[in-house]
Amino acid sequence: MAKYKMHVLVCGGTGCHASQSDLLLDNLKTIVADKGLDNEVQVIATGCFGFCEKGPIVKIMPDNTFYTQVTPEDAREIIEEHLIKGRKVNRLLYVDPENQEHIADSKHMGFYKKQLRIALRNCGFIDPENIDEYIARDGYEAMAKCLTEMTPQQVIDIMKKSGLRGRGGGGFPTGLKWEITNRSVSDIKYVVCNADEGDPGAFMDRSILEGDPHSVIEAMAICGYCIGGEHGLVYIRAEYPLAINRLKIAIEQAREYGLLGKNILGSDFSFDIELRYGAGAFVCGEETALIHSMEGLRGEPTVKPPFPSVSGYFEKPTNVNNVETFANVPVIINKGAEWFSSIGSEKSKGTKVFALAGKINNVGLIEVPMGTTLREVIYEIGGGIKDGKKFKAVQTGGPSGGCLTEKHLDVPIDYDNLIASGSMMGSGGMIVMDEDDCMVSVAKFYLDFTVEESCGKCSPCRIGNKRLYEILDKITQGKGTRDDIDRLRNLSTVIKDTALCGLGQTSPNPVLSTIDNFWDEYIEHVTDKKCRSGQCKALLQYFIDAENCVGCTACARNCPVNAIAGERKGIHVIDQTTCIKCGACMEKCKFNAVYIK
Amino acid sequence: MANIKLSAEKLDELKAICKSFKNDKGELINVLHKAQGLFGYLPAEVQEVIAKELNISVAHVYGVVSFYSFFTMLPKGEYPVSICLGTACYVRGAEKVIDEFKRILNINVGETSPDGKFSLACLRCVGACGLAPVVLVGEKVYGRVAPDGVKDIVAEYTK
Repeated sequence: MAKYKMHVLVCGGTGCHASQSDLLLDNLKTIVADKGLDNEVQVIATGCFGFCEKGPIVKIMPDNTFYTQVTPEDAREIIEEHLIKGRKVNRLLYVDPENQEHIADSKHMGFYKKQLRIALRNCGFIDPENIDEYIARDGYEAMAKCLTEMTPQQVIDIMKKSGLRGRGGGGFPTGLKWEITNRSVSDIKYVVCNADEGDPGAFMDRSILEGDPHSVIEAMAICGYCIGGEHGLVYIRAEYPLAINRLKIAIEQAREYGLLGKNILGSDFSFDIELRYGAGAFVCGEETALIHSMEGLRGEPTVKPPFPSVSGYFEKPTNVNNVETFANVPVIINKGAEWFSSIGSEKSKGTKVFALAGKINNVGLIEVPMGTTLREVIYEIGGGIKDGKKFKAVQTGGPSGGCLTEKHLDVPIDYDNLIASGSMMGSGGMIVMDEDDCMVSVAKFYLDFTVEESCGKCSPCRIGNKRLYEILDKITQGKGTRDDIDRLRNLSTVIKDTALCGLGQTSPNPVLSTIDNFWDEYIEHVTDKKCRSGQCKALLQYFIDAENCVGCTACARNCPVNAIAGERKGIHVIDQTTCIKCGACMEKCKFNAVYIK
Repeated sequence: MANIKLSAEKLDELKAICKSFKNDKGELINVLHKAQGLFGYLPAEVQEVIAKELNISVAHVYGVVSFYSFFTMLPKGEYPVSICLGTACYVRGAEKVIDEFKRILNINVGETSPDGKFSLACLRCVGACGLAPVVLVGEKVYGRVAPDGVKDIVAEYTK
């Protein structure tokens, strides 16, 4: 390999890619070549750095300079100033919002200070399309160690001792799952990687596959060795073209290097991986549904037991783990179970990746030790609420989770604490909401999602969720009654108790948690017919302030239903019975005379 | 459903797709992905051919096609517009963006404009939450789309 003096790392994740990071990469490469620096400077695209809010990101190594919001046009200045003259381009550095100082090194940025990157260790460091870079960072060392020095049971023991739990949401101990699949007797066994990331607002699995695909491949092979299986399958969403492409390249490279295929590293262990594509069905994240989908069927779940570890893909024992879970495995083998279990809280070991999004200053992908509090995540890493608004809630666990409030901010985040607070870990989506968000509407939004994604096999989920949605809709239309809230609660409990799979059993969570935590808001909607955040259109009324109205007639002329009466230069009045609350008058008024109440 | 006739050439291509997956019924979803890539959508005729090649019932194929939101039996517009309705985009105002697209294109979600130029769809999370709300036209991603920016996006494709 050529020895470069400097490396320019450009984020090639989906977020930055959408902001023209591909063009930026091309520009950097061309200019480096023009200046004759190709032997000294290497320009590569890496996986996600996590700080999507400030993308596209460019990092210069070895001096660790972190440039934000870099446009393709900035390429020349970075090369001429920084690479050639050694002067940092100040205007592209991150500005600390507290003291307005420019920060060059990401280590000193609030966003990165509290993070500990294990699953994301290589994202943003290596070129995901080059296996040598992965190997240079101890890649495939764990697999070699397992195949040459350890028995499957010894590896399983390490996994059990490490305390790693499934990162897809359920939190089932990974080592135990491997052990059960290992004990199942069969001629063929399968290792499946669940990359059907369906939670809206969660994108950690995709970022890992885009930024560090080899870590998943290596872990799947280790898992195959432990359970006694030779076949690996990755079930991945067809909506992730970039991740699919990088994974394909990585599999191909691993085969060339003899790290996949027959008799890996001269051992008698053989293992290979195939891809299976999802086709847009949230329920396929559930492992039995996922297996049916891989078999070419409708992705409907079946009753467990039998668990897939006993009878799964084509009725053979199948070990299903999530992408992030796999990404942790090689490090655990390399650094040991004690090291891993020293991180995190009592019952949840290691770290968790969260996709921080919504009304927060620093949107992005973060990884923190289990046991970090929500306050640290939202205010220290996330940089607080956007536009200085007031924090209202944070939704975790996606459509299966719940909304947590101010009183939960100091709860250390782990599997058990989140469940005790009425939400769940889920795959790690974390959506922050501010005072402008109506919690009844948020519950309705999630139910809309569940209704659309319900597979229809069991009636509690198919019919029950539809009814929940209808009641919520009625409340947001201002037609709800006090009894409706009780009805929501009762029906939710029944659905939770009777639905067939994880999707139905958790779908009422957003409703229950918003009722519990935002009782006042529900009451306001049904008794006072008011929505304090102004989101429920039907509950708003538009008025014209007589003091500010100059009688310009702009509102009346733009009203699509002629609900506004008034003479030129006279005060205008809105007829509440005709008004359709479209807001056109408010938009057109130049004198701030229109207000909502 | 529009009654289209498959040309002999397309029919051969479709059969070749099935064959590349060894006519294995377990590969149905992969076959459908490739077929949709070829035709842009999956009309009844295509499903019938696939059923015959894979030796399964048409009902089975239709059952799978109708189950997954990625598969469509209606042709999409020349410029398919997809608005992300993931939670991050939702709380940052994606609904208003949808309303504006509906108003300007004069079609509902799931429909294609009469001239076949635009179709409108919602999707769940493309994972570019830092750019919320996000709109896709074909493969091109537009980030931080405000309702009053919609007309500019549409204008790009109506020149």
